[in-house]
Amino acid sequence: MSSIVIDTSASRKVKELLRFLLDSGKIDAAVTMRKIPENNSYDLTLITDAPDLDEAVPVIPVMTVNAGQVLSSISTSGKKIAAVLKPCELRAFVELVKREQGSFENLLTISYTCGGVFPLELVKEGQIEELLPKYDKTISKGEVPINTRDTCRACEHFIPMNADITVSVSGECESGKGCVMYLNTEKAEEFTEGFGGERSEQKFDPSLFQKTLDARLAEKGKLFASITKDGPGLDGLLDLFGKCVGCHGCNSVCPICYCLLCDFESANFDYNLPYFEEYLSRRGALRLPPDTIFFHMGRLTHMSFSCVGCGMCSDVCPVGIPVAAVFKKTGEKTAALFDYVPGRDVEESIPVMVYKEEELSDIG
Amino acid sequence: MEDKAGVEFVPSIVGFLCNWCTYAAADLAGSSKFALPPSFTVIRVMCSSRIDHNLLLSTYFKGADGILVAGCHPGDCHYGEGNYYARRRFALLKKVMETLNLDPERLQLSWVSASEGKRYAEVVGEFTEKIKELGPNPIKNSTRF
Repeated sequence: MSSIVIDTSASRKVKELLRFLLDSGKIDAAVTMRKIPENNSYDLTLITDAPDLDEAVPVIPVMTVNAGQVLSSISTSGKKIAAVLKPCELRAFVELVKREQGSFENLLTISYTCGGVFPLELVKEGQIEELLPKYDKTISKGEVPINTRDTCRACEHFIPMNADITVSVSGECESGKGCVMYLNTEKAEEFTEGFGGERSEQKFDPSLFQKTLDARLAEKGKLFASITKDGPGLDGLLDLFGKCVGCHGCNSVCPICYCLLCDFESANFDYNLPYFEEYLSRRGALRLPPDTIFFHMGRLTHMSFSCVGCGMCSDVCPVGIPVAAVFKKTGEKTAALFDYVPGRDVEESIPVMVYKEEELSDIG
Repeated sequence: MEDKAGVEFVPSIVGFLCNWCTYAAADLAGSSKFALPPSFTVIRVMCSSRIDHNLLLSTYFKGADGILVAGCHPGDCHYGEGNYYARRRFALLKKVMETLNLDPERLQLSWVSASEGKRYAEVVGEFTEKIKELGPNPIKNSTRF
């Protein structure tokens, strides 16, 4: 597999590629981040007309929605689509495809070595532009940028798994020295045929990112320790989730939670008079809204093994609960039970859909 | 274990029993006149794999001191493979409880076949003793959950 030398910024090169793909009719639409000049903000966009790519910024440390989640509904349209995804968005999409909620058939995935994204509260009034130069400098040194999402700083999967095209983004890239677009699959070779630019035989070298990996792992240790070392216990859970207002925002932005009707929003959790009467006959008081901690534990058990740690849930939480950190920590433990890594391989079934006859003998 | 007034703690335990094996074993234990703890509440399910995590969590948050899930021995599932899935799901819930430091010992998964009436009485008896040692579920009298 070959690679394409990037002679400009990574974002501009990916944009050129998308324009080429749209103009040549190789794709029907592109999914990419775009700048909204009116208010110096960003959004994720589905673009079918090449002129609308003008404001696209494919490589930007902003995640307004997990693109894996929105791809799920458009990837089965039969149209050819190229999507620029952050590594965790791609992993989330892989998890959805395993659940029959999307397809890779007509999809070209472009991903890049990710430095982490800024929380949405910073995505306004041009703050990102101010932060970008320092951000680029920090990641080029293999350090972890401050004020990115906590789970981004603690993310060790910043190198895309399974992307058709991997763009290596680092500080050198922005200054125009030796940054490369790696074509990992036959599909990538096929789509980029006829796309200009110097080709090289350079291979992706993960060892170049060892310093970043070490820094991220150190951050991860700190993040996990912040949720108490041995686990929060009942009182700790109250501290963590006690502020929960029960809005289910974390659930609705979660790329893994795809169920059209979540159990927690179903009639099973309708609180009516008999429920209150029965509960209060045993205990003299009931916390309102009820079952908020149950809700988080239910989600933890249902999907934490597939959690990609994108951090959307923490970002949208109106009361600042570190949802993503709890899910990432718990998710690593639940996934490790089955030697599972979310998003690693689309052929690998989710752990609750398969079994081995000889396993878990300590459980039963 | 006794409380301050010296009253012996009688744990409330909920057992989710598979219709084809453990429920029949419970029946056999009864008709064979084995002693069974009176505080053990049985819920009959068609298969151990029918038990969603939320059923167990709901039982836990409603204040059950112990939860037993019991079904056919691995390989003997009435539906072929249900208990293998049940085992994985149960392991997941236990791991979540463990990570959050929430008494995973209050949950137990056991395999009891239809002919094992005596074993059923033993499993239920031993689990009840274990929960007695652990004491009441702190959620039971808390109004914060």
